[in-house]
Amino acid sequence: MMKINFKLNDQIVEITTDPNRRLLDLLREDFNLTGPKEGCGEGECGACAVLLNHEIVNSCCTPLANVIDQEIVTIEGFSKTKRYEVIKDAFAKMGGVQCGFCTPGMIIATESLLNKNPHPTDYEIKIGLSGNLCRCTGYNLIVEAVKEAAKAGEGIW
Amino acid sequence: MVEAFIPKSLSECLELLNTHDLKIVAGGTDMLIQNRTHSSLPIGYKGDVLYISQIEELKNIYEDNQFVYIGAGATLETIMENLSVSKLLRETILEMASPAIRHTATLAGNIANASPAGDSLVSLYLLDAEVELKSLTNTRRMFVKDFIYGVRKINLEKNEMITKIIIPKLKFSHAYFKKVGPRLSDAISKLSFSGAYLVELGRIIDFRVAFGAVNIYVVRSPGLELKIIGKTVSQLKNQVEEILNWYEPLIKPINDQRSNKNYRKEVSLNLLREFIESLN
Repeated sequence: MMKINFKLNDQIVEITTDPNRRLLDLLREDFNLTGPKEGCGEGECGACAVLLNHEIVNSCCTPLANVIDQEIVTIEGFSKTKRYEVIKDAFAKMGGVQCGFCTPGMIIATESLLNKNPHPTDYEIKIGLSGNLCRCTGYNLIVEAVKEAAKAGEGIW
Repeated sequence: MVEAFIPKSLSECLELLNTHDLKIVAGGTDMLIQNRTHSSLPIGYKGDVLYISQIEELKNIYEDNQFVYIGAGATLETIMENLSVSKLLRETILEMASPAIRHTATLAGNIANASPAGDSLVSLYLLDAEVELKSLTNTRRMFVKDFIYGVRKINLEKNEMITKIIIPKLKFSHAYFKKVGPRLSDAISKLSFSGAYLVELGRIIDFRVAFGAVNIYVVRSPGLELKIIGKTVSQLKNQVEEILNWYEPLIKPINDQRSNKNYRKEVSLNLLREFIESLN
């Protein structure tokens, strides 16, 4: 057990726990942040995605030891931002959501991509979303949603 | 309970390795899955662990006239975005895993994992890459091909760690990596291929090919490459069938859940043929 400090959704948190835990378990069980979900548990599906220092990572493959003094944003924290509003509206408008299980991860992947590359090509969008599985939409509608978000959110990324 | 050590400096890290028996974890994208247990339980490591992600001095990437030096803590994404790194290696990394994994996984981790299907290894063997290994009292360099001596077997002493990957600066006319897998991202390769050549005035000055996931180690044959170097491009192209026959016995794939040996062998040789035909 040790004291672990990091920034979670814009707040500094300090927790005494085992650094050999997965970030995903800490978020869901200690902070009740259930937006990140365990889909595959081995880094293939992206349902557990969060932002680590503004970049997408899989929280199921991230040990707590690696988030010490870093910044984590989950879908709950991100949902308080203007960028989220733009992405959410784009996903709704283009039909990029069906059952919703993958959606938090898809939105985190979209933010990670647009933060680095505000005007991605179709190919770059596919690379950006390539670590996230969706079993409903067939992906095309999600790709369209990302393009719509980039257009509607011109200037905020 | 498994103890975790989280040093902030390399010297502290080497000190710990010298006095404890520790498994090293960098990004954790392989180690967490290999030691996975039930959800909500701590990661099921078999012994104490050393986390190196907090060591800033291991994240540097720098170069001199001959080599690019990649710190063992540099993530795949930062290596991919660094223009001093060989284009072949950067393009190889783009085919590895997914953005989420590339943001935390390291090249040193892919080497130490020593899987015959490790994607970076194919290009690292082709580039004659080396690793720098450090202990509290010693520093040594070794070619990646010598560092890995079997499936998941590496030449690393208990008190040592990989601190750098050293990539020679080589000049090629063209080089590329191809991976055959079932999905754009997050796929473990059925097989992979890297090829590079340098042609000047129609003559082959350098020629290198390497194959992944078709034997217990990455397949590369400097002996066969020497037989090709010095030929003209048209001589080489007229000899394609013969050259495929030279390589055929080296490619000894297995059947597993990802693919079968016949497919792997045929596609590997097709990729070699395509590479030879691409020379100009």
